[in-house]
Amino acid sequence: MSQWIDIDKLALDVSSGKISALSLVEKSLKTIKEKTDFNAVISTIEDRAIKRAKNIDAMIAKGENPGKLAGVPFIAKDNMLTFGSETTAASNILKGFVAPYQATVIEKLEAEGAICVAKANLDAFAHGSSTENSDFMVTKNPHNKKLVPGGSSGGSAAAVILDMVPFALGSDTGGSIRLPAAFCGAVGLKPTYGLVSRNGVIAMASSTDVIGPITKNIRDTAVILEIIAGKDPLDSTTIEIDSYKFKPTDYNLNGKTVGVIKELKNSSITSVVREKFNQTLEILKTNGVNIVEISLPLIEHSLACYYIICPAEVSSNLSRYDGIRYGFSDSKATSLDELYNQTRSIGFGKEAKRRIMLGTYVLSSGYYDAYYNQAQKLRTKLIEEYDDAFKKCDFILTPTSPDVAFEIGQNVHDTMKMYLTDVLTVGASLVGIPAISIPANVGNNLPIGIQIMADQKKDAELLNFSSKIEAKI
Amino acid sequence: MTQFSIDDVFKLAKLSNISISKTESEELLKDMKVILDYVGQLQKLDLKNTKPTYQVTGLSNVMRPDEAFDYKITSEDLLKNVPDTQDHYIKVKRVI
Repeated sequence: MSQWIDIDKLALDVSSGKISALSLVEKSLKTIKEKTDFNAVISTIEDRAIKRAKNIDAMIAKGENPGKLAGVPFIAKDNMLTFGSETTAASNILKGFVAPYQATVIEKLEAEGAICVAKANLDAFAHGSSTENSDFMVTKNPHNKKLVPGGSSGGSAAAVILDMVPFALGSDTGGSIRLPAAFCGAVGLKPTYGLVSRNGVIAMASSTDVIGPITKNIRDTAVILEIIAGKDPLDSTTIEIDSYKFKPTDYNLNGKTVGVIKELKNSSITSVVREKFNQTLEILKTNGVNIVEISLPLIEHSLACYYIICPAEVSSNLSRYDGIRYGFSDSKATSLDELYNQTRSIGFGKEAKRRIMLGTYVLSSGYYDAYYNQAQKLRTKLIEEYDDAFKKCDFILTPTSPDVAFEIGQNVHDTMKMYLTDVLTVGASLVGIPAISIPANVGNNLPIGIQIMADQKKDAELLNFSSKIEAKI
Repeated sequence: MTQFSIDDVFKLAKLSNISISKTESEELLKDMKVILDYVGQLQKLDLKNTKPTYQVTGLSNVMRPDEAFDYKITSEDLLKNVPDTQDHYIKVKRVI
């Protein structure tokens, strides 16, 4: 049983004076301290959180309205700029960095009275699928400490399931919200590309990076998304969605069509995941949902496409870490070139170096057309295939990951095997559509994530549909 | 198999402004060969007549009024993170 009730009800209890914001923050900080051995959190924002809670309680005493998230504590992935603690992206090169301004998502949540209490662990710079690539520590799966929580938002998903906070923020570039949500048993939403501002979030692959909530249920996800979504003058890629409203009560599953991808029939999905997935389809059928087979012939190439585009953009985005304006700087260097070189050699971890060099390769003269441009062309084809698929169905269903959480250390020496963890999630990232992972198999061995994808900008429909099936699977 | 040698690894490290040891270079060579072999599968696809996609929601040339945005921060705030400063300037090693 969670110590947190639904977020909107919790905020109402605070704004009505039934409970204090301070008591929620204290409860959250206490749980974080009790569960430090899971390594979900890099730093806490204790002083600032307590001060903000007291301010909110004072506002309520004066009869003022602190907002829709009054006093609700949350944890942000440590690649989001926040006041009151360092922002490190779990990398040595940003250790000690204190943000001079906050990310738009944090500002939006604070404007509604939410309180950021801690920063969650991640694979350094969000490069990974297990949180083992953090330069600081490995987060452990809340269900079994020998297993990974998934990544890269592993700390955020673990924090929610460890009941530290009612919700956490993650970022998703190729599956980094959905995968840890699946491995930990949380709900994780990757919104439509551009729906949530990335201003003040440390960039990984800019053409697929999105921010989204990790929660215990769809209703909470909808509450948070409604607040963080929307156009931001500080992020020119943001979009507005007309009539964005979560209305599950008006929503009927009957007559909806779900597509199942033909090409995944013979893929490497384990029997335990496949069985749960098939059960989910049966449950949908009994609720009046039509199941149709759809074909995405190029889907088998989507992982290769992603692992060209992602490192290419990583190599560009990480070129800013040079030891001059912020972050780690090698004080022993005697020339400017040596300073750049030594700062980056010492400051970046293995995976960051691997991706920077791969990206440099696929973008370099003579290889650009064969790799990067070819991948961007394939992306056009993938978009066309998904567009065609959504003419035949309202949603596409897959498992979130081919398997349940794996053991810590199991895949660290096999880079390609680690990359293959993302095989089912990268498609939605490349084409920019919303995708959610909802937990199945809860309370029964390890959680399994079911991924539901919808057409671009259909985030509200995706949440309505998901909310109707979450209790059934 | 992708033609990729240890010299390529060192060349890429140089282009990336990263120094690597011999042990690191061998490990990177092994990893990058496997990854490049895998992603090289795209080369067999015929995409000659397909245009590349760089932006997925159809936005292009997003403009905003040329007005300063008030972040409510000062240059002092920004300079706090700079490793080396002097008289309100960022200090770098001698270039020439």
